[in-house]
Amino acid sequence: MRVPEVAEYARSLPNVVYVEDNLYACSEEGLSSIKEQIAKQHLNRVVVASCTPRTHEPLFKEACEEAGLNKYLFEFVNIREHCSWIHMHDSAGATEKAKELVRMGVAKACYLEPQEEFESEVFPAALVIGGGVAGMTAALSLAGQGIQVHLVEREKELGGLIRSVRTLFPAQQDTEDLLGPLVERVRSHPQITTYVGSEAETVDGFIGDFDVSIATDGQTKELKVGTVIVATGAQELKPIALYGYSRLPNVVTQLEFEEKFKEGADTPRNVVMINCVGARIPERTYCGRFCCTTAIKNAIWLKEQDPEASVHVLQRDVMAYGVDIEEFYRRAMELGVRFVRYDIENPPQIMGEERAEAVKVYHQLMGRQVVLPTDLVVLTTPLVSREDNERLSKMLKVPLGSEGFFLEAHLKLRPIEFATDGVYVCGSARYPSDIRESVSQAYAAAAKAAIPIRDGFVRAEAITAFCSERTCTACGNCVEVCPFGAIELQEGRFGETAHVNVAQCKGCGCCVAACPSGAMQQRGFDDRQLFGMISALAEEMTSGTGRQ
Amino acid sequence: MAPEDNERGGDGSEPKILVFACNWCAYAGADLAGVSRLQMPSNCRVIRVMCSARVKPEFVITALSKGLDGVLILGCHPGDCHYSEGNYFTRRRGLFLRGLLEYLGIEPERFQVKWVSASEGAKFAEIVKEVTEKIKALSANRP
Repeated sequence: MRVPEVAEYARSLPNVVYVEDNLYACSEEGLSSIKEQIAKQHLNRVVVASCTPRTHEPLFKEACEEAGLNKYLFEFVNIREHCSWIHMHDSAGATEKAKELVRMGVAKACYLEPQEEFESEVFPAALVIGGGVAGMTAALSLAGQGIQVHLVEREKELGGLIRSVRTLFPAQQDTEDLLGPLVERVRSHPQITTYVGSEAETVDGFIGDFDVSIATDGQTKELKVGTVIVATGAQELKPIALYGYSRLPNVVTQLEFEEKFKEGADTPRNVVMINCVGARIPERTYCGRFCCTTAIKNAIWLKEQDPEASVHVLQRDVMAYGVDIEEFYRRAMELGVRFVRYDIENPPQIMGEERAEAVKVYHQLMGRQVVLPTDLVVLTTPLVSREDNERLSKMLKVPLGSEGFFLEAHLKLRPIEFATDGVYVCGSARYPSDIRESVSQAYAAAAKAAIPIRDGFVRAEAITAFCSERTCTACGNCVEVCPFGAIELQEGRFGETAHVNVAQCKGCGCCVAACPSGAMQQRGFDDRQLFGMISALAEEMTSGTGRQ
Repeated sequence: MAPEDNERGGDGSEPKILVFACNWCAYAGADLAGVSRLQMPSNCRVIRVMCSARVKPEFVITALSKGLDGVLILGCHPGDCHYSEGNYFTRRRGLFLRGLLEYLGIEPERFQVKWVSASEGAKFAEIVKEVTEKIKALSANRP
C-alpha cells in the first residue's frame, strides 16, 4: 500500500493534529517519538496504524502511559495483517482500505475515555497438567521459587512419553539417568503435591483465581490456583495400515523398537528404517522435527552393538538441526549406516506375506530399484497431538492449531503464553519437542507462570461493563445473559438497577448487546465508539461517493 | 435497493463490507491469514470486539441503512467461545436478524454469521472471498 498517501489522508481527518509516517512504529525510536509528540502537541488521543493489537497494543499503551497519557486513550488500527499483507497485489484497494480503517480508528478514538484498571489478587499456587519431563521441570522451577505446585499426571507413574525411550540423543544417555533423579526430586519436594493416575477434571475461573478439581480413582479433590501450565505432551503416531504395520510382526515403530531393546533382546542383522511415515503428507503436513534424530540414534546404537549389521535409513530429507545433531548424523554415516533418499510419489514397498522379508526402494542416485533384505522394519513416525487436547482446550479456553497441538498467543512475540491470561504451555503439547527443548520451554513457562504469583496481584484490562443507573429499567436481561454471574439488580439512588461486579466481569459485552435501554455499556467498546466507527466507514456512502 | 436492481444482479461496482470479529478466535484467525500472506479481496473492514455477542442488532441495521453493502459477524465455533456462551447469543440473534432484514426487503446475503477459529486463517480468507463474491453479485445497497 502507499503509506505516505494514507498518512496524508489521516492529516485531513477531523481532530487530527499531528501525523507521522514511521517505518517501525514499535521500535525504540518510534515509541520515543510518540512520547515526545504527546508532550509537544498536547495530544489527548493517540492512534497507531500498524500491525495487530493482539501483539503490540500493550507496548504502545505503555508508551502513552509513560508520557502521562492514560493508556485507554490509545487506539490501534491494523493495516498490516488485515490489509497490506492480504492485498499484496492490489495497491490501490489496500491504500483505500487503509485510509478507511484509519478513519474508523480516529472516529473511535474521539470517544475513548480514560479508564482505571481493576486489581485482583492472585492465589499463590500453580497447577501443572502433565508429569513428563516438561511438566516436572516446570513444577520444580516453580517450587524452587517457593511457589506451591500441584502436578497432575494421568498415568500411574511420572515420566511421560520418555519412559518408553531407551536412551536420549545425542549423548546416548540412559533415559533412567535423567528420569530417575528428576522424579525423585519432584517426589521429595515439599512444595510439590503430585497426583498420579489423576486428571484435571475441571478448571474454572481466570488468572489469579482458578478453581480446579482433580479426579483420582473416582475421588475428587477441589483446590485453587493462580496460574496453570499445560504440559500434556504428545503421543507417537501408530501408522495403522502403513507398510504392513500391525499386520506383519517384524514391522514396528521407533518407540516400540526402543521398548523392545530396553529389555535387552538380541539385535537383528538387517534393519531397514523408513522415515517420514505418516508425516509431511497431505493429511499431516508437518515435520515431526526430531524423528530423524531418533532414527539416527537407534541406527547408531545398532551399529555399535554389531558393526557388521546392515542398517538402512530410508528418508525424504534428514532433519538434523543444530551442531551436535549434525555431528551425530555424520557419525552414523561414518559407522556405515546407509541413508537412502526415497520419493513420496514412489514410496518403499515391503516384500513378504507372513513377515517383512525385504524392502524394495527406488534408489534415486543409482536410478534403479534396490531390494534390501531385512529382519526388522522400523517405521519413524511423528508425534501427534493427544485426543484429550480437545477437552482441555475447551476447559481452559485456549485454542488448538490445525494439527491439534496447543496454539500459543504468538509464535515469536508471545511464545509459551496463551492469549488467555494465566495459562501457559510447554513441551510437546505445544509442538513435537525433544528433551532439551522441552526443558527450556518448561523453564520459560514456569518463569511466566511465576510472575503474577510473585506480584501477588494482576490488573484486569479495563474493558468491563458498567451500567448507567439513570437509564436502567431493571429489566434484568443483562443478569440473564451474563456468563459470569457478574450482574445483579440492586436497590440504589434510582430505585432498582443493574450493578456490575467489576471483579467478576470479563468484558465480553453480552449484556451490552442485550440491554434494550442502552444503559449498559462496555469500556473501550461502547455504543458511541462502535457506532462512530460504522458511521465513519459509511461516511462517503451517505454523501454519495460510495460504491459507484 | 430498488427491485429492478435485484433482478439486474451485480452492477460491477466494488462493495464495502463491514466485519465484526471477536478478539479470541476470528480476529486471531484474520491475523493468521495475514501472517500467512493469504490474498483476498480488499472489500472487508474489520471492527474488533471482545465477543461476537457484543454486536448489537442495531449495528447491523445502521450499517446497512447507511449504505454499506454487507455485514459479516465472525465468532468462535459453537462450544469454543472464550466467554463460554457468547456465540450462542450471536447465533440466535443472527437468525432473528435475518428474518427481520428479509421483512425489511434486504437481501439475506448481505448479512452473514460465520465461525472462524484462531487457527483458521485459510477459512477466514475463504469466507472473505465467498462473501465478497456473493455481495458483488448483488447491486449496490441503496437504502
